[in-house]
Amino acid sequence: MAKVTKLSRPTLTKSDEIYLIGIFKGTLVTLKHAYQSVFGKSRGADGLKSSGLGITMQYPEEKWDDELPEYYRGAPALVTDEQDRERCVSCQLCEFICPPKAIKIIPGEIPEGDTWAKVEKRPQEFEIDMIRCIYCGLCEEVCPEQAIYLRKDYSITGTSRAEMVHNKEKLYEIGGKRVGLVNKWNELK
Amino acid sequence: MEAIILIIVMLAKIIGITFVITLPLIAYSVYAERRFAAVIQDRVGPNRTGIPLTLFGFKKDISFFGLLQPLADGLKFILKEDFVPSHVNKFFFWLAPVLTMVPALVTLSVIPFGSYLFREALVIADVSVGPLLIFAVASLSVYGITLAGWASNNKYSFFGGVRSCAQMISYEIALGLSVIPVLMHFGDLNLMNIVEEQAKNGWLILPLWGEGLSLERMLLWIPMIISFFIFTISIFAETNRMPFDLPECETELVGGYHTEYSSMKFALFFLGEYAAMIVGSALIVTLFLGGWSVGFGLDAWVFETCGNWAGLIHLGAFLVKLIAFILFFILIRWTVPRFRYDQLMKLGWVVFFEAALINILFTAVIMARVNDHLVGFPFWAALTGVIIFSALMFYIAKSLERMLASDSEKAADSAN
Repeated sequence: MAKVTKLSRPTLTKSDEIYLIGIFKGTLVTLKHAYQSVFGKSRGADGLKSSGLGITMQYPEEKWDDELPEYYRGAPALVTDEQDRERCVSCQLCEFICPPKAIKIIPGEIPEGDTWAKVEKRPQEFEIDMIRCIYCGLCEEVCPEQAIYLRKDYSITGTSRAEMVHNKEKLYEIGGKRVGLVNKWNELK
Repeated sequence: MEAIILIIVMLAKIIGITFVITLPLIAYSVYAERRFAAVIQDRVGPNRTGIPLTLFGFKKDISFFGLLQPLADGLKFILKEDFVPSHVNKFFFWLAPVLTMVPALVTLSVIPFGSYLFREALVIADVSVGPLLIFAVASLSVYGITLAGWASNNKYSFFGGVRSCAQMISYEIALGLSVIPVLMHFGDLNLMNIVEEQAKNGWLILPLWGEGLSLERMLLWIPMIISFFIFTISIFAETNRMPFDLPECETELVGGYHTEYSSMKFALFFLGEYAAMIVGSALIVTLFLGGWSVGFGLDAWVFETCGNWAGLIHLGAFLVKLIAFILFFILIRWTVPRFRYDQLMKLGWVVFFEAALINILFTAVIMARVNDHLVGFPFWAALTGVIIFSALMFYIAKSLERMLASDSEKAADSAN
């Protein structure tokens, strides 16, 4: 049998019982908050990059981009190396590990006469469905060529499903160039 | 010919006061509520709604601090689906929103919004039963809420309706009793005359000029302040505003009496609540804070210099006081947490009812003494009588409280 302890309510003083003093103090607190938020002096307003009204940052005009941490996981994107070679070699590891199955790769061969012929493969199609992507970063972690990275882009929007699928062109556009990583395919090693 | 002019003047007053002043005031008090609440909670509130110039290919929208938000709200309410559940009592379900909105607007008819504009009083109906008419009509709005709760055929709504019924009836007593000392002092039930009296002789709770500096008014100041307190708090309860918004408290009753309502029918409840708030504030301002009078003995000067246009200045003064009071309502709403239901009933029946009764007797004795109707022995007898009566009331209140406390203890014990 569980032991039942009876708790007594705190006793109120006479001024508590009148209640009006409490209400008056409460109004002072709310008015102080109102004053502070109108003049941009709310507690924490500076740290949160407030717009000057309350502690709210008004989003599309003001952004948090500079404050994003190094480890921020945004949209995944493909990168090229310093010689503009596609780092991706179409091993499809990211496609297989992707938990929501957002990545679709069609591998393509690199023709004989190409400078990078010894790499053998590069993606013919590389699509990431951003409606499916959960920004987990497993693709980045699994990639042996360090070809796919999670960038800091977070505002991925579109007006149709088709628009939300990032194709190879778009992925390289977001990713850009990354230097000094895996150099086994070029002369820099 | 005269009849036609009379009708035209009447129509102008009705349209001006209801559609030009009050309805926008209702809409913008909703906006003010949202912005003020936001500012209190360190937020921004609706500040975007404006003219959407980007739709027409311009670079930027014009937002005007979101001042067009009420328009967007109204449009949303009109465009939403008007859903009527199959299990409701259709007739009363349709009747209820109207019964909350209409009484609130009808009571506007006797409120003086300003003095005289070209010798025409800025009040729709200059009748000699002003406060009585307001109490009579405003008490009808309880039917709207109760019927809404009952017709919805939903347990939560029904609870909301029943609560509202009990609450409004209890607080109407305190409301009616607390205004009696005021009416005793003025000896008049015409709100226009009451305001003129205050313009000449000092506002009821600010008697600083004219005859307001007499001994009678100084002595009466204390009962009037008590009346003001009881009246204001009862108006809060009567309009279901925050510390007393038990009929619709979201945390207990989903949405209360308007759970099943949507679209324009819900909007009518919503607007009815705000209209009641505005009429309540207007009544408080009229009775206690000098209505349209500018105050400090300046009214005679205003009448002299502005002549026929004095009404406009007085209208401005009235609106300033009204808006200040609405902001006070909003401030209280976001400051004070909701009362528990038994505390609410206790406050109404055990505290305010007795206090208002005692207040009436004290006012009567003070008035009789100062006007030399009661001198010597009868005065002392009356005073002792009043004191004995107050002690009795206090004793009854205390014993009631003890009874309630022991009851709730028993209930708690049996629950264990």
